[in-house]
Amino acid sequence: MQFFIFLIVAIILVVASILVIVQRNPVVSALFLIAALCAQAILYLLLNATFLAVIQIIVYAGAIMVLFLFVIMFLNLRKDEFGFEKRKAQRFFGILFAILLLVELGVVIKIGLSKIPSTEFSLDPDFGGVQSIGKALFTDYLLPFELTSVLLLVAMVGAIVLAKKKL
Amino acid sequence: MVPLSYYLFLSGLIFSIGVLGFLIRRNLLVMFMCIELMLNGVNLFLVTFAKKFSSLDGQIFVFLIMTVAAAEAAVGLAIIIAFFRNKKSANVDDLNLMKW
Repeated sequence: MQFFIFLIVAIILVVASILVIVQRNPVVSALFLIAALCAQAILYLLLNATFLAVIQIIVYAGAIMVLFLFVIMFLNLRKDEFGFEKRKAQRFFGILFAILLLVELGVVIKIGLSKIPSTEFSLDPDFGGVQSIGKALFTDYLLPFELTSVLLLVAMVGAIVLAKKKL
Repeated sequence: MVPLSYYLFLSGLIFSIGVLGFLIRRNLLVMFMCIELMLNGVNLFLVTFAKKFSSLDGQIFVFLIMTVAAAEAAVGLAIIIAFFRNKKSANVDDLNLMKW
């Protein structure tokens, strides 16, 4: 049953990602990316990462992609500005190197998997739940957590300054 | 029960699709979306290993990566808007002011 859900969601994820890069219109690309992010959130649920699944939908699909869509509509591109690579040689080498990267990643994953011990650890029932992640974030990972607040402040100031009409 | 290697191969596939899109598209916004795809591939990889070793470190790392991706998306899109105001083009081939 779990394998069946994984298969369907994985196919949706791969098809949506391919359609992101193939579509001409950036708005349709953004919508397919939202579909890919939601499929990934379901994969997180299958992997006992319930907090991350919800955060993925709220932050990634709900905030970042909405920001993307705002900017796409703000730029208001005409049809001939949709932008595929025109030089055939660069397209060919791009596809070739991406396939090479895929093969290399497959080989590395296969070799790496044969080296780690395949003992199954038992997960406590709240693994990946809000309480466990909250406890880890506020004890072991307090410094990165506080630094992300500074990072977000800097990003906010930077975005406002960069997008102003007159500096 | 899904063997965890399937998740790892899937994450590698998503990452490669992101790289492919980054290399063949010239529109700045679609290239940015391919960067987000690559980040998602890495996130899936980390969450898989968090489950395999029963350690929350992977999931905390993914949380921090999502935060950084949000901040980077905001600043990157502001840069794209500022660039578009001057050049009226969203094509990365027109980013050639520093070319000799």
